[in-house]
Amino acid sequence: MMQQLAPKADAAHEIPVLRLSDVTKTFPGVRALSGVSLELYPGQVTALIGENGAGKSTIVKVLTGIYRADEGRIEVDGTPVHFATADDATAAGITAIHQETVLFDELSVAENIFIGHAPRGRFGLIDKGAMNRRAAEILDRIDANLDPTTPLKDLGIANKHLVAIARALSVDARVVVMDEPTAALSQKEIEELYDLVDRLKAEGRAILFISHKFDEIFRIADRYAVFRDGEHVGAGLMADVTEGDLVQLMVGRAVDQIFPDRDHQAGDEVLRITGFAHPTEFDGIDLSLRAGEILGFYGLVGAGRSELMQAIFGITRPSAGTLTIDGETRTIRSPADAIANGIVYVPEDRGQQGAILGLPIFQNVTLPSLGQTSRSGFLKLAREFDLARGYTERLDLRAAALDQDVGNLSGGNQQKVVIAKWLATKPKVIILDEPTKGIDIGSKAAVHAFMAELAAEGLAVIMVSSEIPEILGMSDRVVVMREGLIAAELAGEDLTPETLVRHAAGIGEAP
Amino acid sequence: MSDMTPSGASIPDTTRNIPDRLQSPALKAFKSWETLLLAVAIAIFITNSFLSPYFLNAWNLSDATFNFTEKAMIAFAMALLIIAGEIDLSVASIIALASTAMGYALQFDVGTWGLVVIGLATGLACGAFNGLLVTGLGLPSIVVTIGTMSLFRGISYIVLGDQGFRGYPSDFSFFGQGYVYWVISFEFVLFAGLALVYYVLLHRTNFGRAVYAIGNNPTGALFSGIKVARVKFILFLLTGLMAGVAAVCLTSRLGSTRPTIALGWELEVVTMVVLGGVNILGGSGSIPGVVIAAFVMGLVTFGLGLLNVPGIVMSIFIGCLLIGVIALPRLWAMWRP
Repeated sequence: MMQQLAPKADAAHEIPVLRLSDVTKTFPGVRALSGVSLELYPGQVTALIGENGAGKSTIVKVLTGIYRADEGRIEVDGTPVHFATADDATAAGITAIHQETVLFDELSVAENIFIGHAPRGRFGLIDKGAMNRRAAEILDRIDANLDPTTPLKDLGIANKHLVAIARALSVDARVVVMDEPTAALSQKEIEELYDLVDRLKAEGRAILFISHKFDEIFRIADRYAVFRDGEHVGAGLMADVTEGDLVQLMVGRAVDQIFPDRDHQAGDEVLRITGFAHPTEFDGIDLSLRAGEILGFYGLVGAGRSELMQAIFGITRPSAGTLTIDGETRTIRSPADAIANGIVYVPEDRGQQGAILGLPIFQNVTLPSLGQTSRSGFLKLAREFDLARGYTERLDLRAAALDQDVGNLSGGNQQKVVIAKWLATKPKVIILDEPTKGIDIGSKAAVHAFMAELAAEGLAVIMVSSEIPEILGMSDRVVVMREGLIAAELAGEDLTPETLVRHAAGIGEAP
Repeated sequence: MSDMTPSGASIPDTTRNIPDRLQSPALKAFKSWETLLLAVAIAIFITNSFLSPYFLNAWNLSDATFNFTEKAMIAFAMALLIIAGEIDLSVASIIALASTAMGYALQFDVGTWGLVVIGLATGLACGAFNGLLVTGLGLPSIVVTIGTMSLFRGISYIVLGDQGFRGYPSDFSFFGQGYVYWVISFEFVLFAGLALVYYVLLHRTNFGRAVYAIGNNPTGALFSGIKVARVKFILFLLTGLMAGVAAVCLTSRLGSTRPTIALGWELEVVTMVVLGGVNILGGSGSIPGVVIAAFVMGLVTFGLGLLNVPGIVMSIFIGCLLIGVIALPRLWAMWRP
C-alpha cells in the first residue's frame, strides 16, 4: 500500500506533494481567501495557524473538494488538478479528519472505515469478512486496539478519532488534513495522537495540522503557514521561528476597521457574579460589570464563554455561585427570569436561538415585550408596530416591510432584529455573543456604532468575541477565558493582541 | 478590510421609513388557504344540492352538523397543539374514559351537573397526564399519546368489559340532543362559541403568539423568554378538556357508554386540522381554516350519506380530499411558469 510513496523522506523534502497557488474564494459579501498559497511536503507536518475567520476552514474545504476555488491552481506532484467533487480529492489521495468527525454511530468500526469503498464480493455485495480483516490490519498499523465489528456508538471520542484516521489510511491518503484534532482529547489521548502523527510522517505522508495550541504546534510541526483575514502572511520552517514571531504574524496588523470613538464613563456596578461554576464547562468565575461599560470576553473556541453567558441568562443552571443585580442577589432559573431582571442575551447561533425565522420582523421584536405592548393579554397590533419600528429604524434595518419574515433578511439585518428585540425590553445588561460573526461590513459597523451608543446611554454591555480587532476596538476591559477558567483580566496598556493570544492559548510571558 | 468591498462599508445616514405591511390584510386573506378551502366547501354544497333533493332541508342540514361538531371542538384545541409542534393522539380514548367515568358515576346519583363535571374533570386529568409526560420528562408527544391512547381506552375496557352504561338522566340528553332555537342545536351553538373562543385565543392574545413562536422555533422561543414547557402543558390540558366536552356531548347524544365509543376519532380530528391548513410540522395554521374544514368534512359525509354511499367509501373520499386539497397548491405552483 505504500509502494508509490517517497522511499526516503529527506530526498523528497524540496518537492511539495500538494501545492496551492493564488487561490481565491469569495462568498456573497465576503472574500474568504484572496490569492493564498500553501505547500505540503511528504513526511512533514505543516501547521496552519490563524485566528478564527482567517480562512483556515475555507482552504481545507477547497483542497478536499468541498468548495471550488474561484481562481488559482492546485497541483499534485507538479500536475495541475481540478477537484469538482470531494470524490476527486479523495482519488488524488487527499483526506481530512475534521474537528467534528463525520462518522456514523449505528455502523461498525469496519463499516465506518470502508464506507463508500467497501471491498466487494460476489454479486457486488459487501464482503464483510474481507472488510473486517482489512480494517483490523489498518487499526493494527496505527496501534488502535479496537474490534472492527464494534458499533461506533460504543466508542469514546478518542477512539472515534482513531477510526477517522484509519478511514483516512484506508484510501491510502498521501495528504492528511487534521482540523484541530486534539480539541476534545485528554492529555494521554493527545500523546497517543502525537505518536500516530509521527508514524504517518515516517510513512512519508504529508500532514496539514490545524491548531490553536502553540505547545502542540511546536511539538509536532516541521513547517508553518500563517493566514490572516483570508491572506497568506507567512510560511517557513518551525526551527526558524519563536512563539512570539507566530503571534506577531497572526495578529500583527494595523487595525483596519474603524471603531467608534468612545468616551468611557463607567457608572455604578450593575451586575456582579461570584464563584459561578458548572460541572463541565466553567469554574470559579467572578466578574463585575458597571453601567456604561463594555466588557470584552476573549478566548479560543471551547473556552466556555458562551456556556457562561447562557448560565447568566438562565438557559443552564450554574452548580454554584451567586449573581447580584444592582446589589441585590437574584436567582435566575429561566430566560424569562433573566429578562425580568434586565439581563438579555444575543446568542451566537442567530438562526436557531436568536431569531424566529418563520415569524415576521415585528413579531420577533415584540416577542419578549408582549407583556408591555398588550398588558391585558390581548394583542395590540398598532402598538407592536410602533415599538418594532422605533427600534428597527434606530438600528437602520433594511427591510421591505415590518411584516416580512425574518428568514428573508440578510444575516446582518437578522442580527439587527435580534438586537432590536432585546432593546425593546429596556434591559440593564446586554450580552452579545459573537455579535458580528458572519455579517457584512456595513452591518458590522452599524452594530459597533450601536453598541457604543448603548454604553453611552448607561447600558452595561458584555461582548463575547473571537475577533481581536473587535475586542480591542470596542472593549473597556477584557476578560480572557481558557478551558473554563478566567485566565486574565486586561485593560489599558496590558490590552494588546499579543497578551490576548498568550493568555487565551496559555503561553508564558515573552522573554 | 476596507480594501475588500468598498461599497458595502458606507452607511447612508438617512433613516428609512419601513412600512408596516407590504400588502393589505384583505388581499393576504384573499390569497390564503382558507379562501381556497371555502371555495371547495361552497362547491360541495352546490353539488350536494343538485345530487339530492333532500339536501336543502333545514332539519337535514341541522342533522348534518352533528357529523362534525364534537370532532371540531377537539380539533380547535388540537390545532393549537399541532401549531406548537406537538400532537395528542389519545383524544378519542379520553372520550371513552370520560364517558366511562360518567357512566360509572350514575350509580352514585350525582345529578346532571355532577356528570358534566366528572366528564370534564376526567378530560382535564388525562390532558394533564399527557402534558406532564411530554413537558416534564421531555418525551416525544407522538409516542406518549400513542401509549395513553391504549391506556385510557384500556381502562374503559376493564371497567365495562362487553357491557355498557345506560340510564342517563333525561335532562342530561340536552347536551347532545337539545335545540336552542328552531333547528339550531345546543351542540352547534357550543361549536360556534368555542370557535370564537379559540379564534381569539390563537389570533388575538399573547398566548396565541407564543404558540406560533414555539411551533416555529422552540429554542428561539425559549431564548426569547417564553415559558415553553408551561405553554405546551396548557395546550395538553385544553386538548384534554375539549375531549371531555366532546365526551359529554357524544354520551348525551348516544344515551349510552360503550368502550368502543368514538373509536378512530383521533385520525378524523387530525385530518380536520390538517385539511384546515395547519402545518403538521407546526408553526402555522388558523382557526377559520379548521372551522371551514369541519364544514367540508361534515358536508361530504352528509352528502354521501344521502346518496346511500357506504361508510368505507366515505373514508376513501375524505382521504382523497385531504391529499387532493393539500397537493392542489403544489401542483398549481408547478404548473404556473
